[in-house]
Amino acid sequence: MFSPFSINFESPTQWHGDLPVTSRYTAGIALERFFIALRDEGKILGIRCSRCSKTYVPPTLFCPQCLTELQEFVDVGLHGEIYTYTISYRNLDGSLSNAPQVIAFIKIADGGIIHKIEGIPPHQVFIGMKVAAVLKPTAERSGSILDICAFKPFG
Amino acid sequence: MSLRKVAVVGAGMTHFVRRAKETPQELAFKAVRVALDSCELTLMDIDAVCLGTAPDSFDGIHMNGEYLSQAAGAFRKPYLRSYVGGGTGVFVPIQGWYHVASGLFDVVLVVAEEKMSSYYPHAQAAFLTIFDHTIERPLKPNLLWIFALEMNRYMTTYGLSKADIARVSVLHKRNAADHPCALLGDPNITVEDVLQSETLAWPVQRLDVSPVSDGAVALVLAAEHVARRITDKPVWIEGVGWCLDTAYWTNRDLAYPRYVEMAAKMAYEMAGIKEPRKEIHIAEPYDPFDYKALHHLEGLQLAERGKAIELYLNGDAERSGNLPICPSGGLLGVGNPIAAAGLMKVAELFWQLRGEAGKRQVPGNPKRGLAQAWGDLMQVGTVIILGR
Amino acid sequence: MNSNPYVPVVSLTEDDFSNGKVLFRHDKLDARYAWDTGIAIGAFLGGLKGGVILGSYCATCRKIVTPPRIVCEWCFRPMRRLVQLADTGRVNTFSLCYVTWDVKRISEPEIPAVIEIDGASPGHGFLHKIGEISPTEVHIGMRVQAVWKPAAERCGSITDILYFRKL
Repeated sequence: MFSPFSINFESPTQWHGDLPVTSRYTAGIALERFFIALRDEGKILGIRCSRCSKTYVPPTLFCPQCLTELQEFVDVGLHGEIYTYTISYRNLDGSLSNAPQVIAFIKIADGGIIHKIEGIPPHQVFIGMKVAAVLKPTAERSGSILDICAFKPFG
Repeated sequence: MSLRKVAVVGAGMTHFVRRAKETPQELAFKAVRVALDSCELTLMDIDAVCLGTAPDSFDGIHMNGEYLSQAAGAFRKPYLRSYVGGGTGVFVPIQGWYHVASGLFDVVLVVAEEKMSSYYPHAQAAFLTIFDHTIERPLKPNLLWIFALEMNRYMTTYGLSKADIARVSVLHKRNAADHPCALLGDPNITVEDVLQSETLAWPVQRLDVSPVSDGAVALVLAAEHVARRITDKPVWIEGVGWCLDTAYWTNRDLAYPRYVEMAAKMAYEMAGIKEPRKEIHIAEPYDPFDYKALHHLEGLQLAERGKAIELYLNGDAERSGNLPICPSGGLLGVGNPIAAAGLMKVAELFWQLRGEAGKRQVPGNPKRGLAQAWGDLMQVGTVIILGR
Repeated sequence: MNSNPYVPVVSLTEDDFSNGKVLFRHDKLDARYAWDTGIAIGAFLGGLKGGVILGSYCATCRKIVTPPRIVCEWCFRPMRRLVQLADTGRVNTFSLCYVTWDVKRISEPEIPAVIEIDGASPGHGFLHKIGEISPTEVHIGMRVQAVWKPAAERCGSITDILYFRKL
């Protein structure tokens, strides 16, 4: 497109850089209650919308269907059912993992949690399997989704 | 093409704060909830949702529009996020307007949210990413640079003094003292306070700048036949305009925002306005920095070039004046959660034109107001005119 | 109709984070890029490596712009010719900046400026910095010249020009 310039400069073809974005996320009103109950009481909380007859897990401040502000936190227990899952053979950076990892969506009430499935060979996992949360010891819990080590088969 | 008349029928906003505990979703929800309550509608009455939020890096959520959708009331509804940088807050009601004016939808929610405190340690650093990655970022620029560069060029071109420009900050921050949601309202601030505040990037000092903030604002728009059933005080969207200049900002006249002029002319033509200075009763120009309000008033044809400061010096800009400017308190006083700040200006016109602005009420039953925002790489003007 | 349209939120202080009054987590976006420099900016960077500033010429608008680009935004026709510009120019505007990009305070200000480059059409320039001068002496309209890195150290970067100094 450009006519050749009289001096033939060696033009760099790429420029390297990054996006220096560092964030501090508050858990917020509803999730803070959720994480504190998990940390201090070892409970998984949901929140109930009586108008829509739904119990959302994790809890949200509002019902997405009717946009009512929700306040009725409920203990939904530590058990759920595998709704779907995948077996991952790669780490986040694309390298091969030493052991395949099962990541599942665990349905609890009208919501659910994405987490790891452990305590069972990956090929034995199935959709519909009943699983239970394995919590870290109380002293090690910090109010994070990682206070749940993983879910394991139950019953 | 025949366009339908579109009214604003409801509005609500959160307080603007430096650091909110609420998540971005929770902020958006709170604003939407009060906006719906203000006109006694439910989510079932809403046909579509328009959302505005500035760069994803502030909230720290990639695809922030998708994340916010259900909190904005968009669960299983037509939904689209629009984005023109700082101009977003006034663009998103324009988007809502054409959703309704076109006949596609009757009732539309317009939502703007920003949680700048998520960017930690400081939201300023996010602005590094807006500069050209190859020929500007290696110089380690910050956002203050481009404002300071533009302000210096503007001041020097027209021979304006820092002390005069500080009057803008003083008026807006004093006005904000009457706003229940304001972060930096101060009824006693003086020009001296502004001139003695820390120099960040000369000529920009701390009190020339609006504060980093968290907050959300929502409006409800309705087509004429629905609006008249919802309220007996509809506020009509009479004109809209927007325009982008070149991204090569170092190739431009920095003393005059031509793109704001072009956006304003589009809006004036639609509204049938021939003499803006006489026909606009309230102006909410975008004021992230004090000189920007002046710059924009000139682009909006509400003042001659280099002469906008006279509105402040002669008292016209005050609420009781001939052309009240930023009666809300503007970004300088209420706060600057980017997209939400622009929409706050439109909400202010709605309350002012309905006579519901409380202590901020401009006297004399104002009939028509203009709000404007600005952004991207100093290149976009977005303008909306409301009337009753 | 008269419901309060202003809704409070929970406002936190920095201490609330350090005192454990609020639950939060830090994260960092791991976004690294290799941006292609492209035709026009690639040539511009090549020029800088060779110690010259390039612009591009629009034969329709008869404009010379810098940094160079492959399309003229005024007439939307291709810009087919690169033009060698001088390494001198004029300060269009400047600032004295006491804050770094990541909001650290500095006592000696950086002096960012838009430099209109000699040889380009009036008003056309790019962002750079001014050096070798007392901050109080800088003024709009000041004539300046690029101070280059030694040729061996230049790598095809905007920082191959260290800064501009008063001419």
